[in-house]
This record gives sequence, structure tokens and C-alpha cells, in this order.
Amino acid sequence: MTIDDSLRELYQEVILDHSRHPRHFGPLEHATHNGEGYNPLCGDRVKVHLAVDGEGRIADIKFEGRGCAISQASASLMTDMLAGRTLAEAEKLMDGFLHLVKGEDAGSLSEDDHERLNVMAGVSAFPMRVKCATLAWHTMKSALEGGTAAKTE
Amino acid sequence: MMAQAKPRTAAFDPPRKDFPILERRVHGRPLVYLDSAASAQKPLAVLEAMEAFATGEYANVHRGVHFLSGAATQAYEAARERVAAFLNARSAEEIVFTKGGTEAINLVSYSYLSQRIAAGDEIVLTVMEHHSNIVPWHFLRERQGAVLKWVDVAADGSLDAEAVDASIGPRTKLVAVTHMSNVLGTITPLKAIVAAAHAKGVPVLADGCQGAVHEVVDVQDLDVDFYAVTGHKLYGPTGIGALYAKRAHLMAMRPFNGGGEMIQEVTRDLVTYADPPARFEAGTPPIIEAVGLTAALDYLSSFDREAVKAHEADLLAYAREALREFNWLHVIGDAPGKGAILSFECEGMHAHDVATILDLEGVAVRAGHHCAQPLMERFGVASTTRASFALYNTREDVDTLIRGLAKARKILG
Repeated sequence: MTIDDSLRELYQEVILDHSRHPRHFGPLEHATHNGEGYNPLCGDRVKVHLAVDGEGRIADIKFEGRGCAISQASASLMTDMLAGRTLAEAEKLMDGFLHLVKGEDAGSLSEDDHERLNVMAGVSAFPMRVKCATLAWHTMKSALEGGTAAKTE
Repeated sequence: MMAQAKPRTAAFDPPRKDFPILERRVHGRPLVYLDSAASAQKPLAVLEAMEAFATGEYANVHRGVHFLSGAATQAYEAARERVAAFLNARSAEEIVFTKGGTEAINLVSYSYLSQRIAAGDEIVLTVMEHHSNIVPWHFLRERQGAVLKWVDVAADGSLDAEAVDASIGPRTKLVAVTHMSNVLGTITPLKAIVAAAHAKGVPVLADGCQGAVHEVVDVQDLDVDFYAVTGHKLYGPTGIGALYAKRAHLMAMRPFNGGGEMIQEVTRDLVTYADPPARFEAGTPPIIEAVGLTAALDYLSSFDREAVKAHEADLLAYAREALREFNWLHVIGDAPGKGAILSFECEGMHAHDVATILDLEGVAVRAGHHCAQPLMERFGVASTTRASFALYNTREDVDTLIRGLAKARKILG
């Protein structure tokens, strides 16, 4: 793959669209879990909020913050993917994603999930940018584990 | 796309052949290295001096009676003389070797100011300091109740000596100020600041990590009390820096690290300390790096420093002119007479995305907060992209940068 191909894959239209028009963006009233993530390398911050219902399902999910196109798109995609899932499903999805962006085997993902998350796979060719892609996901994991702060360095 | 070329202002031929790394390619493109403010590349003269010393004269310093120890000690002390001459210190005894600029400033914090500061006493510093000239003072705030008094910069990034003067009060114990901002390129009016502070009996520490690279420094003329430098930005090796301090200050300072080399006598019941500078150089120092630093300062001094400065200023002006076409790009820091550092923000594009696209064009820039978060806050940005110019850069490097930025705009804008 040429450099320009890698670049086109990294900044493909789906990613730019998510970053320009983030889904599920904003605060969330009645959140049951909140998390705040910080990347000390670039100063980017992200907040995640979610409302888990009585059956352990993510009934609502939001994120706030600002950052690079990769981190914003990844956060937006994450909220899209996690909405409506059970916590067990969410955990499996997050683990699969964290493998995928590092170029590792993401075998735990269903075929459909793999296909939808694959837009972020181009990040694996840019090791210096993997942390941008994982910030929101690490923040979500730590929010679900009851912590509040995550960082990617 | 190309900038309107003004005639070159300096007859300076960038010595690119002295820097082997500049011949390499990155992502298949010729390297365009515009990150010298983070760390400068090393000329062959430095690498060869270090290799020759390590393969022919190396031993530990100050402790053997054997031949090589004598030779190494001589080389190490010659480096101290070289740094003293470079900064125009009164004597080599005013130069303490450290592992870098950060350690030099921490040394002043621990060994000088912490002994002289009480709760409510003040340290005056500017919002454009690097974290290395902020965090050591925060330590004194946390531990001893010192108060940090921040001096703002003007919208163009310039620093007014009178604003510093106005912040110095009866409880001020130190003014800590950069000589040249690593983000804005601003050269501060250091001599006027020192004069104002001394009129009120307050000493001044200058962070010279950038300033010493681009300005000809004369610590006696500046009359500054402390001046910190680092080797790796001066085209020298990592792992070595130096603190210049007036002899009287050094004599009155307690040691920071304890260990070998810094003592006069150690018994079971007491210890007495060596005179400065050895008092502050516990343990085996960076000996090979000191030899490299000598070579680096010899190298830099082999050029007409004013011609180097004019060359870097030409690159900055050339870049500024070309960037005028980009109405979506905003330069931060436009102080008169500023050094060759260009920080900017791009509308709708994050600095890290810009830097990734430039990287794929072979262009190395810095993106982020540049270890100067209070300054980022001052200008209301989370991060900037920074291109910094050194003696080996060319107008062609600037052209590649401009092309890369246009490409970034096309992809991300």
C-alpha cells in the first residue's frame, strides 16, 4: 500500500463525516456512569456519559470533548456502536476494537461489528496515532468499571 | 503556491552535508526536519568527537591516577571551559553540568530558592514558560506555600519588561523567565528584566534552552543570576546541559544530589562538601556527552552567528509570506525580532491530523501543547502545530511545508 493509500484509509469519508458531525454529542441527564479521559500528549479531553437501565443495557450514551479527527470520529463511532447493547456485549466489542486498531486479531467481534469498526483499522498503520483512536474507548471502559479518569499515556 | 521570493537576506549556505540524517527519507520522501526546537540534529563533528573520545581516551573523571583518567578529566573540564566561554561566564567555576535544562532549573529550585522562600513569598514568571520553568516552582508552592505570580504576554506574544517589573513586589524572591519562547519564538527583553529585578534586590533565572541556540549570550552583560541551557538543542548530545550561576550564589547553595565527587570529607558522623561546581555534580557525570557538547559549541561558533540568525530569520519571513495565502491558518506569536519558531492553528483541523499528513510528506513538525499549557490557555487553543528552523534548513524545506499544509487542507478542510 502506498503512503497516499494509507492516508486515504486513515482519513476516509466515514471518519471525516463522524468527526465533522459527531453522533450522540453532548451532556446526558440522569447518567448512571460518567468518565473523563485525557491525552497528556496533545491535551485532548473526552467525557463519556451513559445511562444503564435495570436490565444492564446501555439505554443512552453521549460524549463531549474536542480533539483530532481520529479521536472525535472514534468516540462518535463508539457511541453509535454501543447504544442499546448489554454491558457484556459492550465489553466484548470494546476489547475487539482495541485489538483492531493495534492491528491485532479482533476475533471476538461479530462479522457485522467487524465490518462497521473496520473504518478505524487504518489507524494501525500510524502507531503514533493509536492513542487518539483509543482515548474514548479507554474512557468508556473506566467509566463502566466505576473509575472516572482514563488517560492514554 | 510558492511564496514570492524575496532576495535572500544572508549569504549563508546551510551546511547540510554536515548532518548525515538529512539525507535520509521518511515514508519514501526526503526528510524535511522542522522540529529543531524540540531537539536539533547532530553534525558529524559532534558524533566523531564522541566516538574518538570513547574509543581512545575514555575513563572515569577525577578519581584515577592513571593516564586515561587524567585525559578524561582534562576533556571534561575543557568542556566546562568551553561552555563558560560560550556564555561568557567569568570563570568555568560558574558552570555546573546537569543532565539538561530541566535539571538545571530544578537545581536552582532545590538548592537555592527552597532555602530562601517562606509561605506567601512570591516567584514571578511569565505565561509563556516551558513546563520545565513552571513545575519546579509549583513544587515550592506545594511544599512551602510559595505564590506564583504570572506575567501575561501581549497579543502578539511579546513580553514587556515593565509588566515584569510591575509584578515584582516586596515578597518576590525570584524572577523566572525564558530567554526565548519555545512556542512563540518571542525573544524576551532579558537585560531590562534583570536590571528591573536587581533594582529591587531580586535575582533572575533565565531559561536559555532556546535562547542560547539563536542568540549570542553574554551572561555578564545580561547580569543574569542563573542561566540554564541544554546540549541537545545546541546541536550537541542528549543527557547533558548546564547551569550558569554567579559564583556567590553557587557558594551559598546547598547540594541537591549526594554521592561521590561532591564531598570534601565523609566520616561516620559528618560530611563536608566540595566547592562548586563539584558540589552539584554527584556521581559519574556525562563525560562522553561533555566532549560532544564541546564539539557542538565549537561547531556552532565556527559560523558567523549573526549570519545564522539572519538565515533563520529569512526562512521565517519566507514562510510567513507564503502562509498569507492560507486564510484558514492563524499564526500565534508575532513579536518583533522573534526567533525562527512558527506556531499556528488551522481552522477545522486539529494539530495532530495536520502533523500526520505533513509527516507523510516527509515533514517533521511538532504538534501539541509544547509543554506550555498555560500559554495554550492564554491563547485559547488546545494545541498548535509548530515548525522550527535551524541552520541546516532551506527555503526548499519551507516550500515542502507549504505544499503539505495545502494537502492537509484538501483532505481535512
